[in-house]
Amino acid sequence: MRILSSSVGRKILMSITGQLLIIFILIHLIGNSTIFFGPNGINAYAEHLHSLPPLVWAFRLFMLAAIAVHIAYGVTLTLENKAANPGAYAVKRNLKASFASENMIWTGLLVLCFIGYHLLQFTIHGTPDVVVGLDSANRPDVFRMVVTSFGNALISLAYMFAMLMLFLHLSHGIPSFLQTMGWNNEKTIPAFGTGGKVISAILMLAYISIPAVILAGLLKL
Amino acid sequence: MNLTLHVWRQSGPKAPGKLEQYEAKNVSPDQSFLEMLDEVNEHLIKEGKDPIAFDHDCREGICGMCSQVINGVPHGGQERTTVCQLHMRRFNDGDTIYIEPWRALAFPIQKDLIVDRNALEKIMQAGGYTSCHTGGVADGNAILVPKQDADYAMDAAECIGCGACVAACPNGSAMLYTSAKVAQLAALPQGQAEAAERVCAMTEAMQEAGFGNCSNHYECMAACPKGINVKFIAKLNREYQKALFK
Repeated sequence: MRILSSSVGRKILMSITGQLLIIFILIHLIGNSTIFFGPNGINAYAEHLHSLPPLVWAFRLFMLAAIAVHIAYGVTLTLENKAANPGAYAVKRNLKASFASENMIWTGLLVLCFIGYHLLQFTIHGTPDVVVGLDSANRPDVFRMVVTSFGNALISLAYMFAMLMLFLHLSHGIPSFLQTMGWNNEKTIPAFGTGGKVISAILMLAYISIPAVILAGLLKL
Repeated sequence: MNLTLHVWRQSGPKAPGKLEQYEAKNVSPDQSFLEMLDEVNEHLIKEGKDPIAFDHDCREGICGMCSQVINGVPHGGQERTTVCQLHMRRFNDGDTIYIEPWRALAFPIQKDLIVDRNALEKIMQAGGYTSCHTGGVADGNAILVPKQDADYAMDAAECIGCGACVAACPNGSAMLYTSAKVAQLAALPQGQAEAAERVCAMTEAMQEAGFGNCSNHYECMAACPKGINVKFIAKLNREYQKALFK
């Protein structure tokens, strides 16, 4: 199939999978924000979320497939692009390209490392900081787990750094997926550029607010 | 004014190249950049040295032949200006100027500042045309084109095919060049019949010629001496999606 091998086709697949991941980021943020309602908020949410295991696993496999496609094409397209540009200018001055646009592969791979760590920590409970237990209503105590782990400044700072990488990735990724889908014209090009940065910054700050609030002692056990 | 030039010198396609330093003395601010190089070359010839080889033709900013990366920007960074229309008044006495050829895998260096841009022609040959029966000249108004469509097509047709977009692109991609032709012909009734085949053939030819993939840095638009907008790349992407369902 042409879409799987052509230059534009693979970019469209990158764009669509990127959009799916952005939707996930939004849903995940809404879910995370239940922590502000205390143990009853996030513990009830988590229990509700996991009450249908087949659905949970179908969703996980779907997200895994989206990430796999996004990474596979991200890496191959980047390698092709590096090969197409010998990069031998003694002096090269960029007029428009940004740190974010030039480092998509690195911010993307760092976010991937974070996802691995994040799953190991809060899904598999494989890191030493994780406290697993049940709350008074006999639900998995997600609130205690998150507040305990984020109480460690190093863990919170690593999380914040990962969100900074996510911000950089999305600040180019959002306007870029709109352009690749062709949903763009002369007027929207600068607007989407600014809008992409603003939305990415809001997402970053919203995610960071959780460890920040815990570190500041505003959310405690 | 007096300038120090660092110019890429390479005797042939396979020869190793390097930057060499030259002094340009008593340069007039009214000279064009190419006239300044002409004078440097005259001195080199008088000294019995090989003059700096560079592409040029119309020297009016419309042919797309001149192709030099000046201080890291294709065509020197003056908005909507080709090298031949860049004037020395843009520089200051004592400036150091780096002059390099277009650099991309698809543009092999032939000599000094001259690169082979046949790869762009390969893209054009793949679909940058409309097929028609030859014969008597058709009536110019036989097919009416709305003014907006004609203007849009003309904006895209402004591309002079110099390749600055490729030279500026961190990915060595020719998407702006390719999209300008795809968008121009897709906007006109004459181009509709072959629109789907065209976008596929031209983007495939781009890939085969060794150009990279667009990752929306928009560096091309900033360097383009004709101000070709990346909205045409969005148009190409739309045309490609339409072609998928044909």
